Amino acid sequence: MSIGLEHYLILSAILFSIGLYGALAKRNAIVILMSIEIMLNAVNIAMVAFSRYIVPLMLTGQVFAIFIMVVAAAEAAVGLAIIIAIYRSRETIDTTKIDLMKW
Amino acid sequence: MPSQLIWLIFLLPVSSFVIVSFFIRPFVKPESRVAGYITITAISGSLALSLWALAAVMAAPHHQIVVPDISWLVVGDVTIHLGLIMDSLTAVMLVVVTIVSLMVQIYSQGYMHGDPGYHRYYAWMSLFTASMLGVVMADSLLLVFVFWEGVGLCSYLLIGFWFHKPSAANAAKKAFIVTRFGDFGFLAAILLLFAHTRTFDIAELHGLAIAGALAGTTLTWAAIGIFSGAVGKSAQFPLHVWLPDAMEGPTPVSALIHAATMVAAGVFLVARTFPLFAHSVEALTTVAIIGGVTAIFAASMGLVMTDIKRVLAYSTISQLGYMMLGLGVGGVAIGIFHLFNHAFFKALLFLGAGSVNHATGTFDMREMGGLRKFMPWTYATFLIGALSIAGIWPLSGFWSKDEILLHSQTGGPSILFYLAMITVFMTAFYMFRVIFMTFGGEYRGGGSGAHGHPHESSSVMVTPMVVLAVLAVVSGFWNVTGQFGAFMGHGETHSFVHGLFHPFTQTLPWISLILAGLGILLAYAIYSKKWLSAERIGSMFKPLYTLFIRKYWMDELYEGVLVKNALIGGFFAGLQQVDTYGVDGAVNGVANGAIAGGRAIRRAQTGQLQFYGLFIGIGILAIILCVYFFG
Repeated sequence: MSIGLEHYLILSAILFSIGLYGALAKRNAIVILMSIEIMLNAVNIAMVAFSRYIVPLMLTGQVFAIFIMVVAAAEAAVGLAIIIAIYRSRETIDTTKIDLMKW
Repeated sequence: MPSQLIWLIFLLPVSSFVIVSFFIRPFVKPESRVAGYITITAISGSLALSLWALAAVMAAPHHQIVVPDISWLVVGDVTIHLGLIMDSLTAVMLVVVTIVSLMVQIYSQGYMHGDPGYHRYYAWMSLFTASMLGVVMADSLLLVFVFWEGVGLCSYLLIGFWFHKPSAANAAKKAFIVTRFGDFGFLAAILLLFAHTRTFDIAELHGLAIAGALAGTTLTWAAIGIFSGAVGKSAQFPLHVWLPDAMEGPTPVSALIHAATMVAAGVFLVARTFPLFAHSVEALTTVAIIGGVTAIFAASMGLVMTDIKRVLAYSTISQLGYMMLGLGVGGVAIGIFHLFNHAFFKALLFLGAGSVNHATGTFDMREMGGLRKFMPWTYATFLIGALSIAGIWPLSGFWSKDEILLHSQTGGPSILFYLAMITVFMTAFYMFRVIFMTFGGEYRGGGSGAHGHPHESSSVMVTPMVVLAVLAVVSGFWNVTGQFGAFMGHGETHSFVHGLFHPFTQTLPWISLILAGLGILLAYAIYSKKWLSAERIGSMFKPLYTLFIRKYWMDELYEGVLVKNALIGGFFAGLQQVDTYGVDGAVNGVANGAIAGGRAIRRAQTGQLQFYGLFIGIGILAIILCVYFFG
């Protein structure tokens, strides 16, 4: 049994679901940020897999994956900066306690 | 002279109003008499032009002058003209209005001197006169209505002239609101006529009515609507209640209202639109019945009043009833002839009452008495006025009243004739009751404002009274050989302008003279010689006396039953319910619904970012499932 497109896509879906679960269920803002990184990387796997198996002569998927990594790096930097700022003012990064935007 | 000059009759009082109110009142002290001089000059000019116009109309063929008019408004295919009618009716009315107004203004120089509102008084008097002249001259119903309301406004301002007195302010409001009921009918009639004929022009409407194009129920309703406006303005039953209260204004204002302007407008309006009435038997009968009933109804209340101005007020209502009766049974000439004569003697009587008030400081006749010795001029002129209104030969009231009596004998329901005859007796009685109580016997001290012996008024007040007294004597002779009827009759359908009448060829004038004489004799017996005690007669007819002195409970009926219960308690309360529960309910309901909805939905706004994210995920999942299953 050779490894085909389905396997990569299933891996991608599993990683995405794990990331989604982490992003929605975890309280710690840093863990949420990490979960989002997992989701982005799940998408990268899917991109590269599609590129490799469907249009092997073009590098569209790979290039897209690199773009996503750049965005993910920038997002991590900004996200961490926000978390530090929140921590300085509220002395917590528990997202259930950061709920000023409510009725 | 060019016929455009006729416009000046109206524009002169308007300009004096503008000058007095905008240039004199802000800058000149109220002690100065300059406002009065300006007004008197302007109205003298109007009078001179009116006399010229009357002469010109008399000389003109068909007694009518055509004056070029101005196109005022063009709405679609309808053009509304700003024009004037110059026929015999207008010419006579112009002369009446300007003469009476001029006399009243001159008299007011004495009566209103020193009043803090002196300039205001003259400004409004000018506007009042101008509005009435406008009503008289306007050639379309729309224009008549504009000036008609102007007259109403000025009467409101002048009745409430001493607005710091609550009674005056209330009387002004009452006059305004009660006449408004009638005006509603008038406006409805104008719109009804316009809807059917597409014109406001009075001459065109006359033509349509005479040609029969305007007939049937439309014409009847239109005529009755116009008449309801006249009922309000001319204080006919059942809208007469405002006129006695209008006595709160300065006495010269009462003279003007009662003689030439406000109340005459109603009678004039019916005369002006008479061809519409003439072609509807129902409308004409309504006019006659309302007039006849008002005549005796008001006279009965005049019998018992103790306030000299109130007696005169009820006599005015009664005489206006005569005029309406005259219009209803006889035609334009008959009704307007009485208006013409009445204007002079009624203005005279009011000016006399004002002069008496100046001397004694009261209007209550029980505090007067014996003034004949102190005020010979006032007494003499007042006596002439009283004899005239009582219909004693050869004074003016006799001539016009007998025309009305004669025509009510032949036309209209016969009961009206007997009512009118009884009213002759009543009129003579209450007028001489006034004479004997005021001028006869001994002086009873006057009101609280009186000091020492009363004295004759100044010559500026006496002169207009003398002029009016002369007019009250001679004005009736215009129609002795029927010239007035012939003059007014032109342009009328002949069946409604009856032939000329020479009084002493028949027995009727003798009967009415005897009735009037009996009335005077009864007043003499009760109030001068005291052969009969007024108190004993009063207690003998106690229910009747109470009915009269309480004015048939009409005020109570209107205020208590109609206004308090029917309007405030019923109609307005119902409207308030609709407003509270219907309109407010809808508005508040929408708002409350939005609030409740928001309150329910805001629970979802937890501030938890992950909670929102969960819903984003669920949403995406739902979209995916939709695409998978249905896409």
